[in-house]
Amino acid sequence: MPDIALDVQHVTAGYVPDLPILHDVSIQVVRGTVTVIIGPNGAGKSTLVKAVAGLLPVSSGTILQGVDDITNIRPDQMAAHGIAYVPQSDNIFRNLTIGQNLDLALRREKVDKAARRAELLVQFPVLADKLTEKAGALSGGQRQFLAVAMALATRPQLILMDEPSAGLAPKAAEEVLEMARALTETGTTILLVEQNVNQALRLADQCYILAEGRNQIDGKATDLLGNSVVADIYLGGKRMRAGA
Amino acid sequence: MIQHLLDGILVGAVLSLGAAGLTMVMHMLRFANFSHAELLSIGAYSALVFDALFKGISPVLAAQIGLLSMTGALALSMVFSMVITGISAVIFDKLIFRRVRERGEELSMVFASFGLALIIRNAIGLIFGLQTKLYSQDIVFATVLSRDPLVLVKPDQMATLGITLAIILLLHLNLSRTTFGYALRAVAENPSLAQVNGINLQRMIVVVWVLGGGLAALAGVFYGLNNQITPVIGRDLVLPIFAATIVGGIGSIYGALLGGFVVGIAANLAVMVLPSGYSPSIPFLIIIAVLLIRPNGLFGEERT
Repeated sequence: MPDIALDVQHVTAGYVPDLPILHDVSIQVVRGTVTVIIGPNGAGKSTLVKAVAGLLPVSSGTILQGVDDITNIRPDQMAAHGIAYVPQSDNIFRNLTIGQNLDLALRREKVDKAARRAELLVQFPVLADKLTEKAGALSGGQRQFLAVAMALATRPQLILMDEPSAGLAPKAAEEVLEMARALTETGTTILLVEQNVNQALRLADQCYILAEGRNQIDGKATDLLGNSVVADIYLGGKRMRAGA
Repeated sequence: MIQHLLDGILVGAVLSLGAAGLTMVMHMLRFANFSHAELLSIGAYSALVFDALFKGISPVLAAQIGLLSMTGALALSMVFSMVITGISAVIFDKLIFRRVRERGEELSMVFASFGLALIIRNAIGLIFGLQTKLYSQDIVFATVLSRDPLVLVKPDQMATLGITLAIILLLHLNLSRTTFGYALRAVAENPSLAQVNGINLQRMIVVVWVLGGGLAALAGVFYGLNNQITPVIGRDLVLPIFAATIVGGIGSIYGALLGGFVVGIAANLAVMVLPSGYSPSIPFLIIIAVLLIRPNGLFGEERT
């Protein structure tokens, strides 16, 4: 049996309780791997990670982290559960400096804040010489690095990333995704939403495809890479029905 | 001219403290709180009650501090009234604003704040009467700063300015040096990202109300000390405080502090060219001018 870090079971969720966007969605994320969620626009990918993070109400179904039930967790308690979430946009505080953003994220680090801060700056050298600059002045790629550095501050076991490569130049996008991959080497688990299908499938271990708020296909990322159905969904061709 | 400028700075100090609290609440909870100025009244009147109480308890406290008309009892009352006003603000939020907020109706929040302002104002009138009151009946002579031109300042006014500047410095140090200050600014900029970063939003809302209420109480006492205490302090100050907030840019605490002085000075200098009856229109003109020329105010921060 694989070691499951996150088990989403039959979740129905949406911004408003009466109008669900996700219908009976289930995914399993194996510890220490990258799991990617792909799907056309409006498939409910971001909704899924937001529901896991407690930012949207789950109206039915269960979300388990190991054996802990974290369904409808309060977002500010995620860190205490060892979960971090990197939103797609507006994921840093623009009016604070880079150093202040990091200190805010390190607020909950109990052991040695200064040492952890230094570690993060070694990991993200691009931030180190800009500590006193306003975060709003960073480039798109640098913002993503800061957002990820903030997520990593409290050493989470599971990181939820919502389209970290969106809006980035190809090189920066590749760097961000490679960094996500590298994080699994230290045992961190990554759940990634991505629009860049080819890049995401090359990088991920496991892949889930959503469309119209439902599970479509899932499997090993390498298997799906050559799958013609995947292309169909993305090219707006025939849609697979749930369970197919 | 210099006298008007000085008077403007002193009025500005009161407006700054009121506007700093208002801007935090407005930015975080996304509504124009027209009942904020009534918190100044609550502060002024609760200090009046505590002042009488402390004077009765200890004759030592009833003695004036140096040249000031302010007594030890009033100084102590100021601290107590800050606490009471802060708690009142939290109670108003729990009883009224939170319920409206949970239904997601921003405009209803504004109307609720109008209603609350009327209730507070009239309740104060009912309890304390409509006649004006003073913290001290003693006459305090103004100090002559200069004879030509004649510039007068009362020791109370200097104390007001001094304490306000000290509070501004404390706020600044807090916002720019402590993680609590960062958290406060983070919540104002992007509440949902703040939550994701482990900040308890409900707790921060309480903190902002307490802080806003405390600053308003201080402003109310200072206003009462330099003018007189009436149930309509809130009505008279609501527009200048809003003008200060808008000049500074909603959400910017620094902007609000500066905006208070800008509005105070502008309203007092305007008396030199306009008949004094037109003085209350100055904040209106400032609001219109800022919205036309620089809608985000001087320091309007980006928000999500």
